[in-house]
Amino acid sequence: MLTNEQSAQTLPEFTATAVQTETETMTGAVATLQALLAEGVDTIFGYPGGAIIPIYDALYDYKEQLNHVLVRHEQGGIHAAQGYARSSGKVGVVFATSGPGATNLVTGLADALIDSTPLVCITGQVFAHLLGTDAFQETDIINITTPITKWNFQVTNAEEIQEALAKAFYIARSGRPGPVLIDITKNAQQQKFDFAPYVPCTHIRSYRPKPIVRPEYIREAAALINQAKRPFVLWGQGVLLGKAEQEFKAFIEKSGIPAAWTILGAGALPTDHPLNVGMLGMHGNYGPNVLTNECDVLIAIGMRFDDRVTGRLDKYAKQAKVIHLDIDPTEIGKNVAATVPVWGDCKETLPQLTALVEAKLHPEWHERFRVHMEQEVDAVIREELFPTSEELTMGEVIQQLNELTEGEAIIVTDVGQHQMVACRYAKLNNTRSNITSGGLGTMGFALPAAIGAKFGAPHRPVVAIIGDGGVQMTIQELGTIMQTGVDVKIIILNNRFLGMVRQWQELFNDRRYSFVDIASPDYVTVASGYRIAGKRVEARAELKQTLQQMLEHPGSFLLEVMVSKENNIFPMVPQGCSVSEIRLR
Amino acid sequence: MSQQPSIDRQEYNITAYTENQVGLLNRIAIIFSRRKINIESLNVSPSEVEGIHRFNIVINETEEVVSKLAGQIEKQIEVLKVYYNTNADVIWQEMALYKVPTDVIAEKAIVERLLRENGARAVVIRKDYTVFETTGHREETDNLIRVLQPYGLIEFVRSARIAIIKASDGFNSKLREFERTEPSAEPAENEFLNSRSKVFTM
Repeated sequence: MLTNEQSAQTLPEFTATAVQTETETMTGAVATLQALLAEGVDTIFGYPGGAIIPIYDALYDYKEQLNHVLVRHEQGGIHAAQGYARSSGKVGVVFATSGPGATNLVTGLADALIDSTPLVCITGQVFAHLLGTDAFQETDIINITTPITKWNFQVTNAEEIQEALAKAFYIARSGRPGPVLIDITKNAQQQKFDFAPYVPCTHIRSYRPKPIVRPEYIREAAALINQAKRPFVLWGQGVLLGKAEQEFKAFIEKSGIPAAWTILGAGALPTDHPLNVGMLGMHGNYGPNVLTNECDVLIAIGMRFDDRVTGRLDKYAKQAKVIHLDIDPTEIGKNVAATVPVWGDCKETLPQLTALVEAKLHPEWHERFRVHMEQEVDAVIREELFPTSEELTMGEVIQQLNELTEGEAIIVTDVGQHQMVACRYAKLNNTRSNITSGGLGTMGFALPAAIGAKFGAPHRPVVAIIGDGGVQMTIQELGTIMQTGVDVKIIILNNRFLGMVRQWQELFNDRRYSFVDIASPDYVTVASGYRIAGKRVEARAELKQTLQQMLEHPGSFLLEVMVSKENNIFPMVPQGCSVSEIRLR
Repeated sequence: MSQQPSIDRQEYNITAYTENQVGLLNRIAIIFSRRKINIESLNVSPSEVEGIHRFNIVINETEEVVSKLAGQIEKQIEVLKVYYNTNADVIWQEMALYKVPTDVIAEKAIVERLLRENGARAVVIRKDYTVFETTGHREETDNLIRVLQPYGLIEFVRSARIAIIKASDGFNSKLREFERTEPSAEPAENEFLNSRSKVFTM
């Protein structure tokens, strides 16, 4: 027979079954996990360490409900959470310890802020009484991350945890989404307190995630659109973030307006949709760039006129009246003056606008886009996708992949030439299919983001397309793939150069190739060290069948394709030039 | 942008109503420092509404820059409302304290007269020194420094500027709108879009 003392030792202190509904005493660490469950979290990307041990100890009892993915570096963890958030539309969750664990999140936080990705990052912190003493692994992560978080907060008392996490999730996912960091001191994780039922946050008096739509601006916008002879729609990630793909499609199908996308907006409308006229920006399509300076009404939807999209601002769409739909009022008028500001959630504004616009087709205007596309096909695209040269091109790899996946895959890209090629040519049938680091341009993003994307959308094929530079920045995440068995297909487009910088050096620095000649390991051997199948392709004849083999392989597969060393990405709007000065070669 | 001389640059008074939250001062300050804009004067103190703090920030910039900065500040989660005004739109004051040797004042009648003329008021009188206080615009408090300098001014300090907005109806009613659960019938911040010339300029 057990004594009372013995039974207290043998029985688990907390039974992790369902979300707690009654007040009870528990530690801050358990309260943290309970809050995650209440918010519907199923996956955490993290890495343990001294200051977050109490939370990891609690996690030991929650293995069934919370899938913790052990990454190989905290930067990998946060990029994986970004990939998860982007593929699933849910909030990505990251655990990291204090000090270096927390500072390793910095790049991902900056990336998530500029690309509006909802994240909740939970970092451990030294005991509250040690704050400011230069304790072991103490760093002032709140102040370090202030400019790169939508909100951050330090918890020093367990009683603050529920409210802090409720606010964190609400802030991360509402309005214009963004990353939130909650720093929890070790004493708060250990402290026992009376845990009341978790109450999600739905209102913060100082925070207005979206306004009531003002009908007069909708009417003004509709009147401009109805009078327009050459209207042009630019859409960005706001359409995806607002989950307004159907509303967007209905709007352009009724108004008949040609629509072009930013790289973060890609996929909100299928690539093959007849009103989809292509990609905007520095390496975007010819027509959308040139005709930006010929349209009479420019309708920007959930995009922020990044300098890579606009080129030289004082020569950007000066002839056009601009209608700007955005949920973030500071984006309206930030770079391009708006004739009609439509501040609001595009899920609400688009249907109101659709109701007021006249059904049109604009055949002559569409013809202009078609003619420009023909020119681009002749000058660039045909040779890129169906090359006559001996060397493989990046574009043909994407083209062959399109034929095999038929546009159903999630494409995750890194940063550089391969990113531009993949964004330009990848066929996307579905929304949330193009995951890339847009605003920050973070090399090393793709491999961990692809892991996260697969966890966020387990039933969809995920293909990471990465350059030989970027893959070497976070290649340790092959270890995460090995350990979790996550099925990610990895294509390394190896041109044995840091290609984008090399292209700029060729075009603008007299071919002074300064430190862009980068060596690679034998990636197939590296992969096999991680028990990941792999193959290298150097000849066109092997390309398609190897891609097929990769796609059919059960589990992860690394495919290295040796591509032409000195191919350039065209078209190109050189820096400091207007979009209409885009070069085809 | 702050580096270029511009005829449109002038002093602006930014007024922000915020929650009283650790770290918010930094969050607001870095909005300026990120753009290499110097804050000329900064005052943070509790407002007339319990729990709400009021920032008074003075910068020298163009209206275009100031309107964008105001938007960025208002975007911070714990900021309720931001206004920006030119000096003509506000009543503003700075307070200054002057420490001078008591014997000089006691001996020289002219000093006493100068202090009276400048509206100074004695705060502390001790055997060795006396502390005077004035409030006014920068030129006025500066002027008294010049006046007292020949008579052995020991120490001087000036507060940040505080400013009352001439056209403001106060913050109490606004706060009630903010406290209402979203979406409210007439969201206060839609005023922002009413004054389009202020917001949507290039």
